[in-house]
Amino acid sequence: MTVVERREIALVDLLDRLLAGGVVIAGDITLRIADVDLVRIDLNALISSVNENVPSPWGDLP
Amino acid sequence: MTGLRYVYAVCRPFDAPLQAQLTGVGGAPVKMLAHHGLVAVVSSVPEGDFAEAPLREHLEDLDWLGATARAHQQVVDALTAVTTPLPLRLATVFRDDSGVRVMIESGEEAFRRTLDRLDGRVEWGVKVYIEGGEEPAEAAPAAKPVSGRDYLRQRRNRAQEREDRWRAAERFATRLHGTLAAHAEDSRLHAPQNSALTRGSGHNVLNAAYLVPRAHSEEFVELVDHTKDEEPGMRVELTGPWAAYSFVDPEGRGAGEAAGTGGTGDTSGEAE
Repeated sequence: MTVVERREIALVDLLDRLLAGGVVIAGDITLRIADVDLVRIDLNALISSVNENVPSPWGDLP
Repeated sequence: MTGLRYVYAVCRPFDAPLQAQLTGVGGAPVKMLAHHGLVAVVSSVPEGDFAEAPLREHLEDLDWLGATARAHQQVVDALTAVTTPLPLRLATVFRDDSGVRVMIESGEEAFRRTLDRLDGRVEWGVKVYIEGGEEPAEAAPAAKPVSGRDYLRQRRNRAQEREDRWRAAERFATRLHGTLAAHAEDSRLHAPQNSALTRGSGHNVLNAAYLVPRAHSEEFVELVDHTKDEEPGMRVELTGPWAAYSFVDPEGRGAGEAAGTGGTGDTSGEAE
């Protein structure tokens, strides 16, 4: 498939699919990332703490 | 092979060779585990990273998460080149090969159904941004207000401009989604990405995924291309082709359900 030149995929696009998409199966050791929101909020905290100029991103959508 | 088994995808057996030297998470070689006429694509990962407690910790480490996600995607991508994989959620891990076999057996029927439904299809991601969507409210005031009334009027005007822009963006995004959905077999609306994560490239108003037969992908991409300059102040971004991550559930639960493409189904997954 060469219709579009693949550029570096943004991490956020990747996580949209890998953390919110894909088949969810409980593995043997209860590894099951269904708590997408939790993961995302942790991510947010992380990013905000790195960059204080970033306003709190949650809840500012229309 | 020691360590835990990380499963990337389930697919039907395929003949085409995978790219040589394909490695997965942590650089481990990728292998095929055939069982009951299906193939699980797996690699070995260290228990020290993927047991529940360390994994939970790792997920908050953006570097680790990024590297793992890219490794996962690299494997799924390689599979997409030769077959139609059913991608699993990031970090699906089993104790050993027999755990993987049990998983295949218990999900067998759902896997086959979904593989049939997705066969020969790929996913395209389309996002619409309002360019420079961040600044208007706090932009430097044009002129210093001379009175309280003046100030309020300026404020009102700015709020009005902002609202107009949002309306226009919404109209554009709705129209675009309608057009693209009509040219796709299925679609999902993901939650818009928040601007902190997208690194200030405008405000994301549409974040959609479209399921398109591989054979029609070129037309779909052209269609998206044509819309790009249609609306000033809007940016349209295309990503893909992806394995059909967003379409593993027929009804589109999770990210898609809030957004109204009709994904109102129950939340029972494919593979319990």
